Amino acid sequence: MTSIALSAYRAPELRLPRLLAGVSYYHPAGLAEHEELYGPLPLPAETPAQDRAWRQRQRLIEIVERSGLTGRGGAGFPTGRKMRSVAALAGDARKGRAVVVANGAEGEPASCKDRLLLTRVPHLVLDGITLAAGAVGADEAHLVVHGQETDLMAGLEDAIADREALGVDPVPIQVTGIPARYVSSEQSSIVHYLGGGPAKPTFSPPRPHERGVKGRPTLVNNVETLAHLALIARYGDSWFRGIGPPSEPGSALVTVGGAVARPGVYEVEMGTTLGEVVMTAGGPSERPQALLAGGYFGAWLPADLAWQVPMTHADLRAVGGAMGAGMVIALPITACALAETARVVSYLAEETAAQCGPCMFGLPALADAVIDLAYEGGWGRAIKAIATLVPLIEKRGACRHPDGATQLVRSALTAFAADARWHDRHGPCYGVSRAPLLPVPGDEEREWSWT
Amino acid sequence: MELDVSYRLRVNPIACTGHGMCAELLPEVIELDPWGYPILLSPAVPASVLDHAKRAVDACPTLALMIEEVTGPPLLR
Amino acid sequence: MSSLSHGPALWYATRATGLVTLLLLTASVLLGLLTTGRFAMASWPRFLTVGLHRNLSLLILVFLALHVGTTVADTFVSIPLTAAFIPFTSSYKAFWLGLGAVALDLLIALVATSLIRNRLGLRAWRWVHWAAYVCWPVALAHGLGTGTDRNTIWVFALTIACGALVTGAVTWRFVSTARAGAR
Repeated sequence: MTSIALSAYRAPELRLPRLLAGVSYYHPAGLAEHEELYGPLPLPAETPAQDRAWRQRQRLIEIVERSGLTGRGGAGFPTGRKMRSVAALAGDARKGRAVVVANGAEGEPASCKDRLLLTRVPHLVLDGITLAAGAVGADEAHLVVHGQETDLMAGLEDAIADREALGVDPVPIQVTGIPARYVSSEQSSIVHYLGGGPAKPTFSPPRPHERGVKGRPTLVNNVETLAHLALIARYGDSWFRGIGPPSEPGSALVTVGGAVARPGVYEVEMGTTLGEVVMTAGGPSERPQALLAGGYFGAWLPADLAWQVPMTHADLRAVGGAMGAGMVIALPITACALAETARVVSYLAEETAAQCGPCMFGLPALADAVIDLAYEGGWGRAIKAIATLVPLIEKRGACRHPDGATQLVRSALTAFAADARWHDRHGPCYGVSRAPLLPVPGDEEREWSWT
Repeated sequence: MELDVSYRLRVNPIACTGHGMCAELLPEVIELDPWGYPILLSPAVPASVLDHAKRAVDACPTLALMIEEVTGPPLLR
Repeated sequence: MSSLSHGPALWYATRATGLVTLLLLTASVLLGLLTTGRFAMASWPRFLTVGLHRNLSLLILVFLALHVGTTVADTFVSIPLTAAFIPFTSSYKAFWLGLGAVALDLLIALVATSLIRNRLGLRAWRWVHWAAYVCWPVALAHGLGTGTDRNTIWVFALTIACGALVTGAVTWRFVSTARAGAR
């Protein structure tokens, strides 16, 4: 991809790409290239005057609030509001200065958008961190990725070193590796780990924005959110609102996978229908029966229903789905959704933090029940077993891990109710012996047989 | 103007290790799931069992059961 | 009457209350072990274990107060009140009596922290409560060392029985924890 001149980039007719404008197939965009593409970092000048500094911080927070940017890590919480609460609490001398944490530890196996940003346009994310740190008055900034991604971390360290050489970031950004467990990339796990504890979720309240790393107000944002922030600070809130619906404006990165012609990460306008998203990825490679939107904590939607649904948090929730961290996976008619769900729930059951009883014991029982239904035939009892287990598990843990698994199972039994009844009576269908579709780590060691 | 004060129970699922004393002392509100962990049948504590609820909170060996005061109209379930 | 402070009445009272304190303390330690061991039967709910543990521990304080009071009031041997709280400061059998003071101090810490457990937080409370494993053997040693009933068969047997019960219960707890950990 060639670089786009700054003036052309600001042109209103050019809607997309925004974040991915600087992405090259071959190498990450260096600092000079980054500044040429997007413009210099609009950091307010350092001023000793306390009130002027405070007003500058408030200005950026206001712009973010007006832009309507919501978190791109899955929850979709208004970013401006989060920044405002952290800034307000950090102003209180007793609570300590704020901490900014950029969550680039993409726990979802099916998602690669954060990795794309961090490997190809790292300076966008780093700009976002610096701007956020300035806005909430933080004196500590962390960029968190999975610890075993040594290449990724090395690349990020290089990018930060380039910036340090020019003194770009007032607050030094530390790259931290966290354990590669599924629950470790959850917000409270990261905060717990950065404070010196294990990378396991903690009981809230208090939430990180009130008491986070070492008890200080902590702003935790997904790296994509911070990348958007970096552009909003440059081009303003009306620019950001230029695309997408008014309720959830802007663009978003989507990882499209499954039975599509060109799986990968795409930048789309918020509110694009799921069908259009699949077409952007080259269209389905086999006839789809359903779409999984939102990843492993998302929901299955039958293809004919899902095709017209706009990709926003509100619209997806309205049909019983979830946006999650922007993933759309197309399930072909030759595959078995129940088998795919069984594999995912088994993985999630192995990935509990083993802190809360209902999740620690309930998820393995649920996984067994779904495996029963998909692979062995439930003898008419599996659906009942699942229906009994789901209310015993959801909302009874300290984090959303059990809720995500139960949402996936619920949606599978709703979207594939007829299939489930068939499985319950007759046993596995031909789809279970198809090659697995959803990526599940460690799958090669598990045996997924028909009988 | 007098405010209604009511009480609400909450379980810290990380601290809870399934001793089950809360369900013994407050069976009106707390039931145990198949694995021994408490299910709150209703978060609001009926005034008639408030003393029992406080006793249950005291008895929890891991301080996982908590009782909070809620001022305002009592929660409806 | 003056005969009360001279005669053996106070001495008997000291020994009796001391023995009862030891029995109550043993029972309390056993109940504590049963609590963490999640002991329950159809006729013995868990809240009974924890409730008895709490009430017996408070009862210990009553008998301990009597034990200390009668010892101090007894003019046969001069033991000041401070010696009950500050270890090894008495002139009479300084070491063995001092052990009693150590046990008393630990007991006060155990009970006080338990009473304010909600405000103290679980971590701090648990850290102090480990001292129970120190308090009990120290109290037992105090009884054997200071006590003048060493040669009385039934008192000695009772003391040994307490020792055996607690040792057995601790072993049971240790083994079941190890087994659960290995699983």
